Amino acid sequence: MIRYIIRRLLWMIPVALGVAVIVFTLMTFCPSDAAEIILGSNATEEDKEILRDSMGLNDPFFVRLGDFLTDTFIRFDFGKSWVTKADIKTSILERMPRTFVLTVSTLAISVLVGIPLGIIAAINQGKLGDNMCMAFALAGISIPNFWLALLLVILFSVKLKLLPPMGIGGLEYYILPAIAGCTNGIASLARQTRSSMLEVIRSDYITTARAKGVKEFDVITKHALKNALIPIITVVGTHFGRLLGGMMIIETIFSIPGMGTLIITAVNTRDLPVVQVGSIILAIVFSFCMLIVDLLYAAVDPRIKAQYESMGKRRVKHG
Amino acid sequence: MAELEKNAGHFLEVKDLTVEYFTKEKVVHAVNSVSFSLEKGKTLGLVGETGAGKTSIAKSILRILPDVGARIVGGEVLLDGVDLIALPEKEMRGIRGNKISMIFQDPMTALNPVQRVGDQIAEVIALHNEGKKDEFKRRAQEMLELVGIPRERYSEYPHQFSGGMKQRVIIAIALACNPALLLADEPTTALDVTIQAQVLRLIGQLRDKLGTSMILITHDMGVVATYCDNVAVVYAGGIVESGTREQIFDHPSHPYTVGLFGAIPNMNEDEEWLHPIDGLPPDPSNLPKGCAFRPRCKYATERCGEGPIEMAETPDGHQCRCCNLEAVIKGEKAK
Repeated sequence: MIRYIIRRLLWMIPVALGVAVIVFTLMTFCPSDAAEIILGSNATEEDKEILRDSMGLNDPFFVRLGDFLTDTFIRFDFGKSWVTKADIKTSILERMPRTFVLTVSTLAISVLVGIPLGIIAAINQGKLGDNMCMAFALAGISIPNFWLALLLVILFSVKLKLLPPMGIGGLEYYILPAIAGCTNGIASLARQTRSSMLEVIRSDYITTARAKGVKEFDVITKHALKNALIPIITVVGTHFGRLLGGMMIIETIFSIPGMGTLIITAVNTRDLPVVQVGSIILAIVFSFCMLIVDLLYAAVDPRIKAQYESMGKRRVKHG
Repeated sequence: MAELEKNAGHFLEVKDLTVEYFTKEKVVHAVNSVSFSLEKGKTLGLVGETGAGKTSIAKSILRILPDVGARIVGGEVLLDGVDLIALPEKEMRGIRGNKISMIFQDPMTALNPVQRVGDQIAEVIALHNEGKKDEFKRRAQEMLELVGIPRERYSEYPHQFSGGMKQRVIIAIALACNPALLLADEPTTALDVTIQAQVLRLIGQLRDKLGTSMILITHDMGVVATYCDNVAVVYAGGIVESGTREQIFDHPSHPYTVGLFGAIPNMNEDEEWLHPIDGLPPDPSNLPKGCAFRPRCKYATERCGEGPIEMAETPDGHQCRCCNLEAVIKGEKAK
């Protein structure tokens, strides 16, 4: 198992390099002029030329690519923003935790609400409970996040004055954003849980469990749910990755300076270094998520674990 | 023991059990007024073809019919005089896996793939006994050894076991709490022929050792001949003939039973063709009036279609649901 984890971690190196090369290449061929962005449109042509030269922008593409990769991956020097002049590493280290807390709390609500909803729907298939849960899930997919966010602010901040409407601070600042952002996750988790539970509930081993005299609650939670978890974990994992990079609407509405707003502002102002580093970091975080998802598969299903282990063994035999 | 004497040996009595499956368009009559009884320590064979309702009978004794669509419409299942159908769910749970347990048809799918096999045995022991976790584990290991699996394999998962071994684990689960009644639902259908004999022998040995009564569901007459004391032949959800093994094998009296025996090829003669029963079993959502076997029966008369047919006694004293009994017996003798 450890062999498998190491192998997967090693695989992340080519993935990160690949993403870096692609992002850098795309950004290089973007029609934008660093010197003009930094110096403003009033600067003289000579000043711009001097700056371009000093930044190495006149070097051949491969030289610049090499410089970028060594700076990023060996010296861990992410450079400075063209627009705000701030150190990119500092601003990412500052913003990443906020987005992370927001993502984790959003996902936690989605899991805690979505999975039980799906289970209730599955065990009441075709009955009132099923229809109600699925109607709720449909509403979750259909309601736009920004609209729900505004309603929540009106109710909890303006009328009831219970929670802060925006900004950052303690954990209470994340409650409204997390609720506003979780509807989509609840909906997709509820639907996924329902369909995979329905498949499992019909299995013979569930009948076996009942024939043993296991309580219905335990039949569902201990025997059925564990078998239904694989597709649910997949949804949770991909959702986590999506949330990390895609919280900009929520971050903007609630004025949370996180990764989403950082990248969006950078794209709008053509602040290419920030866009580059931001995308690479999100890619790395995303591949970590996928590794954790794969490890959770193994934790849930011994057959998958055996598969991973035999993959490790084969490699040893061959070399 | 006092309880036993009170019921004069009839340890299990099933009376007029009726099970229906409901779908949107139609009602499937899976089990129709089935009655039989079983004495302590004896084995009853339920014989019949696929879809005859044998499994539904077993599952309704345990009350584990699928909750969507299946319903026990009427009847009683008396175990030591207690009606299981009327029992509250909580008390019924105490009986499942404990007093009555079941061995399932397909060992490949009957074990939970993500739970250790030993834990699956220990779970049923823990459910019905007081004690410590270690104690349950030790007893589960003993059960594994009892069915011929080394105790070291306690922590393995079902995918590491062969089909025959999985069926042994299921047998261990079924017998772990020393049940009074064992329902074996075609325990060998999904297994290799060589493994079939092993598994059946194991079930037979353990039954004798533990003094368990058993209902053995099968479509294999050879299995019935080896392991059953009594036989009930099921056709289209109803029992058409029942008696002791000797009575049924020596004097099959219902045209369907006769047909079943006729379908077994004779090993001593050079037979080119098998002799199946012509036709197909009736659609259980649209059973014919009167005898369900009438459309396929060569002895059928007008009377067969005129409403329900009562059990009649044959000359050798067993029960047969046929209104042309004499004609059948005479006809078969003439062959």
